[in-house]
Amino acid sequence: MRRLAILDNEKCVGCQCCMFACARRTGQGGLAESRIGIRSEGGIEHGFVVIVCRACEQPQCCKVCPTDALVPKRTGGVAYNPDKCIGCQLCVKACPIGSVFWDAEIKKPMICIACGFCVKYCPCSVIALENIPEKELSEV
Amino acid sequence: MLENDTLPRVLYVDLTKRRIWHEYRPDIFEHTIGGTGAGIRLLQEECPEGADPLGPENPIILTVGPMTGLFPMASKTVAMFKSPHTGNLGESHSGGRSATSIRLSGYGAVVIRGASESPVFIAVHNNQAYIRDASALWGMHSSFTVGRIIRDYEPDAGIRTIMRIGIAGERMVSYACVSMESYRHFGRLGLGAVFGSKKLKALVFAGKHSIPVSNRKDYLKIYDNIFQSALDKPTKKYRELGTSENILPLNELGSLPTRNLKQTRFENAHNISGEKFAEDYLGRRVACAHCPVGCIHLAALRQPYKDEPYFYKTSMIPYDYEPIYALGSMLGMPDIPDLLKLIDIVETYGLDCMSTGVILAWATEAFEKGIISEKETDGVKLTWGDYRCYMKAVENIIEQPNEFYKALAKGVDHASSIYGGSDYALSYGSNEMSGYHTGPAAHIGYFTGARHSHLDNAGYSVDQKTLIKEKVSPQDLAKMLLKEEQWRQILSSLVVCYFARGVYTPEVVIDALKISGFDLTQDDLNQIGIKTLVEKNKFKFREGFKPEEMRIPRRILETLSPTGYLDEDYIKETIRCYMEAVLIEPEPALPNPV
Repeated sequence: MRRLAILDNEKCVGCQCCMFACARRTGQGGLAESRIGIRSEGGIEHGFVVIVCRACEQPQCCKVCPTDALVPKRTGGVAYNPDKCIGCQLCVKACPIGSVFWDAEIKKPMICIACGFCVKYCPCSVIALENIPEKELSEV
Repeated sequence: MLENDTLPRVLYVDLTKRRIWHEYRPDIFEHTIGGTGAGIRLLQEECPEGADPLGPENPIILTVGPMTGLFPMASKTVAMFKSPHTGNLGESHSGGRSATSIRLSGYGAVVIRGASESPVFIAVHNNQAYIRDASALWGMHSSFTVGRIIRDYEPDAGIRTIMRIGIAGERMVSYACVSMESYRHFGRLGLGAVFGSKKLKALVFAGKHSIPVSNRKDYLKIYDNIFQSALDKPTKKYRELGTSENILPLNELGSLPTRNLKQTRFENAHNISGEKFAEDYLGRRVACAHCPVGCIHLAALRQPYKDEPYFYKTSMIPYDYEPIYALGSMLGMPDIPDLLKLIDIVETYGLDCMSTGVILAWATEAFEKGIISEKETDGVKLTWGDYRCYMKAVENIIEQPNEFYKALAKGVDHASSIYGGSDYALSYGSNEMSGYHTGPAAHIGYFTGARHSHLDNAGYSVDQKTLIKEKVSPQDLAKMLLKEEQWRQILSSLVVCYFARGVYTPEVVIDALKISGFDLTQDDLNQIGIKTLVEKNKFKFREGFKPEEMRIPRRILETLSPTGYLDEDYIKETIRCYMEAVLIEPEPALPNPV
């Protein structure tokens, strides 16, 4: 299974270059398309938290999706079918991490696809693409 | 400029009439790019001649640029206003998340008019702007507390900026700053007092719009080149030790203003150096939004409570070259803990650290020389190196218990005009000195720069690179400073951080601007730079700027610089040459907009 791993959020300087990279992946500037979030941990003096899909084994976002627009992928993470999505935002509310992002411009959810595009723009090596053998999955 | 870009949308907020609207102003952005260029045009539109800086007629203008949110390190917001500190052009730049948040909330500029009768703050979330009641926040001394409360009250954590004032802004101290993201500021020239005069406690912007590009493939390629060079050598020093790396080299050179510039070498420089900070106190490094450099350095200071054993508080306090100079060497501060306590109180109340340090240094020398006594200082024995007396003095600048502190709250120019000691009152066009006594170019730069800031034209760099080795005629020095200030108009119209000036060469700027639909040549850029500086100086002259009447503090002539003793005639002649050239408009006319 492939997913984006947070190696050490204490090293994060809050530059948000990963967020801009994620949006740029789609060929646009700004942040509308970003599927990763960096915010302070209650004030910049306390450091930062990295919010991104952790590719859980039993994704809560999929459990609440009324149209099966979101289904777990065998290789980890979730598969999203925009044609089935009715934009109800239940998935956004269900994820306790907050890693189902919302594209306000087209009113659809966005979830990390573990492409790893953001990784090379992190100046502090906070994030990395991680491959987890399936047998170890239950221990994660 | 691309058709569907939100850059030319200008948000207008009238605090008197409680009205909010927006206008589409491509006319402003097409000819100026954005940032400082757009800001000065909007200021000319909004600020009537002779406006009272603390009256409702003084506008607050904030601008960003086309590359904000598109390319790294284009993360500064330019604030334009009439300065209550100098009575003339007020321009201040700040980073944090301010620029990306304004741009991605769907605007390229913000104009705030009028004044509210009761305390308010403005919140803007993705195109929607609100004027909110701030009565519960008014009177709060600490800018940190204001930020913490708004952080919990407003949504959009992570994609917002919270600009706010502390008590200094409310009390309209003429050099009060506006703080954001705890540690970034519109530091100089008193924007905090203008906020205070409008009963505006804070300003929140949040958004995550997309920004269109002209060519996706070129965008990714140009981005990668800029990003890579942003991580290379030109920015290394800002990333590692930060700007405080300059303390020891400037001390070694004999350029570090110490004890009100009576000296240029500080015997305790090693105790307050960037190296010492990093070794013993550096607690965290942070960055502005969309900047991989991360130059912001925070010290962790652990202090015991005196009345309770094993009870401590740990504060995160920002440090940079300028506060270390102004509140450190200028006041003879012996070590880091004492210096940090002083920086902390200045930050908390929301004062400009540079002006505060220079004013306290003047007051200490005036006290030493006996032109003021404990009668004026309200019993405070101003003594070099004693942080307790300076903390008390800072509190008094806020509380203003007597005429002396009322005068200190208006700057060193004003205070020395009443109490004397103007020979060692270190200000230029009423703005207090920056931390470089490198030679004549630095000081001429403070006099001639549109903001009287060392950042306007980097005279300190000309001193160290050129004047230390060879003599340059006043005409040539004026040309060198003018050329640099003209180019910096482009950087600050793009709102590129000056720390990225080695990254954003003219060639890189031209390529990057194409992605935003600006097709400009090097000549076009030069002309826009010249024109912007002309417009700023026109505003200054309109508001009564008289360069020939600027006071040259005797102290700068008496204290040896690395280039030798400064010559007053040379300074005056260079200022004259500069001012003669600065108002010459470019030929031919401006390029046709795209």
